[in-house]
Formats: sequence, structure tokens, C-alpha cells
Amino acid sequence: MYKYDNYDQAMVNARVAEFRDQINRRIAGEMTEDQFKPLRLMNGLYLQLHAYMLRVAIPYGTLDSRQMRMLAHIARKYDRDYGHFTTRQNIQYNWIKLEDCADILEELATVEMHAIQTSGNCIRNISSDQYAGAAADEVTDPRPWAELLRQWSTFHPEFSYLPRKFKIAVIASSEDRAAMRLHDIGLELVRKDGELGARVFVGGGMGRTPMIAPEINPFVKADDLLSYLEACLRVYNRYGRRDNMYKARIKILIHEIGADAYRRQVAEEFAHVKTLGIDPPLAELERISAFFTPPAYDAANVEPDRKDPDFALWLDQNVKPHKQAGYAIVNISLKPIGGIPGDATSKQIDVMADLAEKYSFDELRVTHAQNIVLPYVAKRDLYAVWQALRDAKLADANLDLISDIIACPGLDYCSLANARSIPVAQKIATRFADMDRQRDLGELKLKISGCINACGHHHAGHIGILGVDKKGVENYQLTFGGSGAEDVSIGKIIGPGFDEDGVVDAVEKATEVYKALREGDERFVDTYRRVGLEPFKEAIYG
Amino acid sequence: MVEFRYRTDEVTEQPSVTLDAFLDQSNATAVRLEPDDDARALIPFLDRLTLIEVAFPKFRDGRGYSAARILREAGYRGELRAQGDVLVDQIAYMRRCGFDSFAPESSLNPDAVARALANYDHAYQGAADSVVPIWKLRHG
Amino acid sequence: MKLLTGNDLGSGAVTWWTGNGWSIHVEDAADVGEHGEAILHAEEGARRVNAPYIIDALPTENGPRPAHIKDRIRALGPTVRTDLTLKPADPAAGDWII
Repeated sequence: MYKYDNYDQAMVNARVAEFRDQINRRIAGEMTEDQFKPLRLMNGLYLQLHAYMLRVAIPYGTLDSRQMRMLAHIARKYDRDYGHFTTRQNIQYNWIKLEDCADILEELATVEMHAIQTSGNCIRNISSDQYAGAAADEVTDPRPWAELLRQWSTFHPEFSYLPRKFKIAVIASSEDRAAMRLHDIGLELVRKDGELGARVFVGGGMGRTPMIAPEINPFVKADDLLSYLEACLRVYNRYGRRDNMYKARIKILIHEIGADAYRRQVAEEFAHVKTLGIDPPLAELERISAFFTPPAYDAANVEPDRKDPDFALWLDQNVKPHKQAGYAIVNISLKPIGGIPGDATSKQIDVMADLAEKYSFDELRVTHAQNIVLPYVAKRDLYAVWQALRDAKLADANLDLISDIIACPGLDYCSLANARSIPVAQKIATRFADMDRQRDLGELKLKISGCINACGHHHAGHIGILGVDKKGVENYQLTFGGSGAEDVSIGKIIGPGFDEDGVVDAVEKATEVYKALREGDERFVDTYRRVGLEPFKEAIYG
Repeated sequence: MVEFRYRTDEVTEQPSVTLDAFLDQSNATAVRLEPDDDARALIPFLDRLTLIEVAFPKFRDGRGYSAARILREAGYRGELRAQGDVLVDQIAYMRRCGFDSFAPESSLNPDAVARALANYDHAYQGAADSVVPIWKLRHG
Repeated sequence: MKLLTGNDLGSGAVTWWTGNGWSIHVEDAADVGEHGEAILHAEEGARRVNAPYIIDALPTENGPRPAHIKDRIRALGPTVRTDLTLKPADPAAGDWII
């Protein structure tokens, strides 16, 4: 994975010093909160329901054991001994003090980590495929491109006061494991006549008005990409709406002027920007790519012993095939039944760091489903890995099953929320605690958001739950049929909302309808797409 | 009031006119752009202008950053001024986008401005200034 | 009743105006009545509170109870981590919030 050179380290160090100075000026009263807010947001610091919340960047979801241990250390020293992994592959700490923040960032900088642009109306963390470098279906490893984009977008002087936040995802396979089409810009790396380039999608997003990004350009060459993105961003910065923050994302601009008009404007701007010489030479992408070569694989192709039935169940559910014979991709579930989705204690974080160092060529990934991946585990080591995970309560064999819930922090933590999301996740997981029942239901991606900002990605859930405020009381709307994968679709609200217990019952009834009507190996979402809403509605609303 | 100016030539005496007034055949040499004005409308007239003032009614509205770069990219060499809700912490990005004078509504501490401009020795991306981006330093 | 609440600038802790200072305990919160805005501006200006605002609450025998569940969660802590709330050992805390 990427390693900073002196320039990268100097940039992060300078940012720490700059923000420390800004914090001191805020505390001394030289800045109002209104003036300070965009600055602290551009350093990932929110003022949340209980305290300040710090969102630390994990660039394209990749980190090593040293960095993971630092995250555990931050949780212990400055927070309440746990962290929350997010739907954008970052980590959040909920109990941060402003007066500690500069020290935290200084410690993070010693292991090449930061909280730069994890919030604010600027370009955010570039996300990517959690199986990058290990998946057989990728055209190339997308992460060097993500790193190139990370550097280009960091402290970009023209695009730091955009109409709204800007999220970019990069993948390199036709299977979309990063919800790429639901980003402001989604890039799919492809080959054309032997050359690598990006298929560019612009204008996706969730939130109040979910939209799937249309394709704006079928192929942009590697050495045109930054100019092209610069053009995309400049058109947005100039013409994105600034009158209404709920209509300020680029998806609204493209929806209002149309993809064709946007494409034309970008093409014009690109023709101009290309003359400025801002694209790095291919040598820079090559330099970065050299950090992402395959690890020194050395294991023979040995199938693990399936004697232990619990191990076998975990193997079948959480472990995925690897492009390299003898190896496997391990998914670590952060969704224990009845637990808080995406949370890990500092001790669990340390366990995962140790496992990565010992068994995964010192690398981990964070997924947008709030789980962790060990991308390079030799099959001969799988049993030892599973045992260690089991001892740390990280071995739930529920990947992509109904209890593998994506949930935002919700009203328990977030000042934007209208309803609590975590208790709903806990109740649903507990209702379906029987693993045989879960496996029988199969792949069922359930996602919960505590408000319309949709940080829980509920629009992209096979079953989505949206918490709303109904005259001061928490209420939950149910949606069916969404997907963030390559079969991308936006979920549809099925009818009137429910209270907390009501929505759990409704979900259960929906799964009963699915079981009664499914054909062949249809998933829940396939059955829903085939039979439509009526049978579900009838069962749920009677 | 212009508080910070990074040019050696004389300050223009002319008051700035609006873009509409300028395009309406004015002889003015100083123009003021509002956030929703199209900076490119000035491109045919850049060698006539000694001052372009870009308004920042609210610091969060970042359209002026694009206007500035567009003007510099088109070859404008006159004074490019950021006026309005301009705070210390935006000055460095504004300089990178090509602004060389600043007329903030509220007075700024000169030491804070100097510190803000000296924070970063390098930049990752090319902009309207002469800073050599890091990728270029890496590859010569 | 009206309560004035905000966060401590340096620590981020949720605080409540008591009548002559700030407390992290909502039981200490005073009814600011019509004077909320004036106190808010004075305290914010003096940097004794950050991001203050006024909420509705009902008086109870155990002290003020904020009218909206969001403010009650803010007053005590997350319902899903009672160990992290201001009253980890209080079995009635959950009901008070919900």
C-alpha cells in the first residue's frame, strides 16, 4: 500500500500545525463558531449530540496494522475505548474534546493518517472496492488511481467551498462492490484497445433525492483524468445551486440541466483545462502503482479442514475466493447479533491489527457495509484466523445476511437524526438470531438511516428503513427493492410508517412472503422485483 | 478597503463598474464580478482592465475561486481582488487561485495572514500561482 | 418551561444553564422563561458556552424533562450504551429518555 514520501508527510504535518493554530484562535475567541465551523469540518470535526465527533480518513478503506493500532490507541487515550467504522470506509470517534484534537491529529500524522476533508463542502475520502488487489474480476487495482485522486483533491484551492460535499468512488470491475453509481462521481476503470481508462459517471447520490449517476463519458484516458475531473468540478462549482442546501448536490444540477447539457459543458471546460498542463505524467501513476504490487505469496493451495462445523459455516459465509491460488479474502463481521453495527472496541481493533500483521501481509480494508476485510489470507491459516476472531467476538458468520445490517449512528449519536437507528438494527438482528433461518433467507441487504440524509444508505437496501419524526415521536418507513451493486436501483416506500416494534414485525412478514413466493435461488430482492409490491403490502398492512 | 496587496504597481484610482455596465460599452478599467456573473464575459477585454474585483458576499460561496482561475488562465495580468466576507483562513487558497489583493469587510490581523500564507511549502495540484505541484517535483 | 443548553467549547460536553452558571446535569437546569435569548447572547459572547439554543421542557419532581426525545438523549447519553451515559447505574434512565 501507499507510503508517504517527504512531500506527503510535510503536507499532513503542515495541516496539523495549521489546524492547531485555528483551534487556539477559536478557543481564544478570535473566531466565531460560524467562521470556525467550515474549518473544523474540513478537518473532520463535528459538534454532535454528546460531544465533538472526529472522522478519521482511511483512504480508499486501506490500512496496515501500525495504523490500525493507532486507531485503537486514539480510542483508548482520547475517547471511550471504541470506534465506529462508517459507510465511507472511515472511522469515527464520538467523544472527542476540541482541546485534544490537534494532539490526536499529530499522533495520527506519525503513522501517515489524518482527518483531512472528511467533512465540509469539499472533495471527501475517495472510496473504492474493499477487495481491490485480491479480486479475480478486477481489470486493475483501482487504488493507485484513488491515491492519485486523493492527492489531487487534497487542499484543492478552487474546490474547497463547493455548493455541497463531493464524494468520489473508484472501482475496476463490472461487479460494483462500492456503490459506485450512487456517488457524485463514480469511476469504473476499463480497458479500451489495451489502454486503461475510466468510465465516468456523474450525478449519483442518496440523501433526500436519491439518484443513479448517468454515464457522462465512456472512456477517459489515465493522463486526461485529472483535467477531466477538474472540468467536472469546475462546472459544478460555478453552476451548482447555492440557494437551498437540500438542492445543492451535483445530482440536482445534472437532473435540472440534463446529462447531455452537463456533458457538453464539461467537454468545453475540459478542452480548455487540458491546455493548462495539470495532468501528472503517467510516471506518477506508475510510481504510486509500485506500492500496490501483489504481496509475496508463498502458500501452497491447501484446502482448510472443515471438521469444526462452526468454522465451516463461517468459511462458507464470510470467506471469498481470491485471485491467487492458495489464498482467500476474509470478511470480519462487525455486526454481532444485538450489537452496534460497525462498532469495535480498542481491544478488537488490536486483535484485527495483529491478525493482519500475522496472516494478511499486514493489510486490512474497511468496507462501506461497515465491516473489515483481511485481503490476503492463506487458506492454511484460515482456521487460526477464525479461532482468534471467535475469541474476540468477531466471528459472526453473517456476511450479507439479514443481520449484516448497515446502520447510521442515528438519534443516539447524531444531531441531524430524527429517530434512533441502532435499536432497530438490534431488534431485527435479535428477531432473526437463528442462523439457520438467516442462511435460509440468504442474501438480504438491510440498511437503516435515522434521517433523510441517508448515511445508512437505506435507498440502496434490498430492505431499507428510514427513521422520521412524526409529531415528536420516532416513526419508521419501509422501502423495498434498492441496491448499491451493479444491479443498482433506488428502493420504494411501501406504505405508511411504523413504530419501532411495528417495523420489525413488518420486516419479518416481508421475509415470510419472500419464502412463500420465491423461485429457484432468487434472493429477496429478486423475488420482490419479479412479483412486485402487492403481495408484500397485503401481508404487512392486511 | 484594500488591506493586503501583493503587487508592486500602483493601485487603480478608477471605481469598479458592474459587469452589465462594463459590457454596455463603458470605458471603465475596473470591473466588479458578483458570484453569479460569468467571468468569461470579460475575456475579450482583459488587456483593457487594470482591476477586476470579485465579490464574496458570503465566504462559503466559492464561485469566486473559479472566476479568479478562469481569468488568470485567460491571461489576465491586472489586479485581481477578493472583496467582502474574506477571512484569514481563505486567503491562501485565494492566492493560489490568482487573487493578489484583498479587501475584507472585517479587518484581518496581518500576522495571522502572513502565517496563513506561510503554512504550506508545497501544493499537490497546479493552480493559478507559480507553485510547482508535488508531482512535478517528483518527476522533474 | 424553557431551558438554555449548549456545549462547552473546549470539551464539547453538553451543558445546561443553571441560573448562574453551566452544569452538565439537566436536573440543574433553570427555567429561562422570557430571558433565554439575552442570556444566550451574553454567555456565547463571553465564550462560556458554544452553539447554544433554547428548548422546551416539562418540570418534574426529578427536575426538568426536555420535551423532545433528541434533547433527552443529549441530556443523558446514547440509549444503546447506558454505560456511557451520565447515569450508567440508573435503571430508570432508559424510561426517562424514551
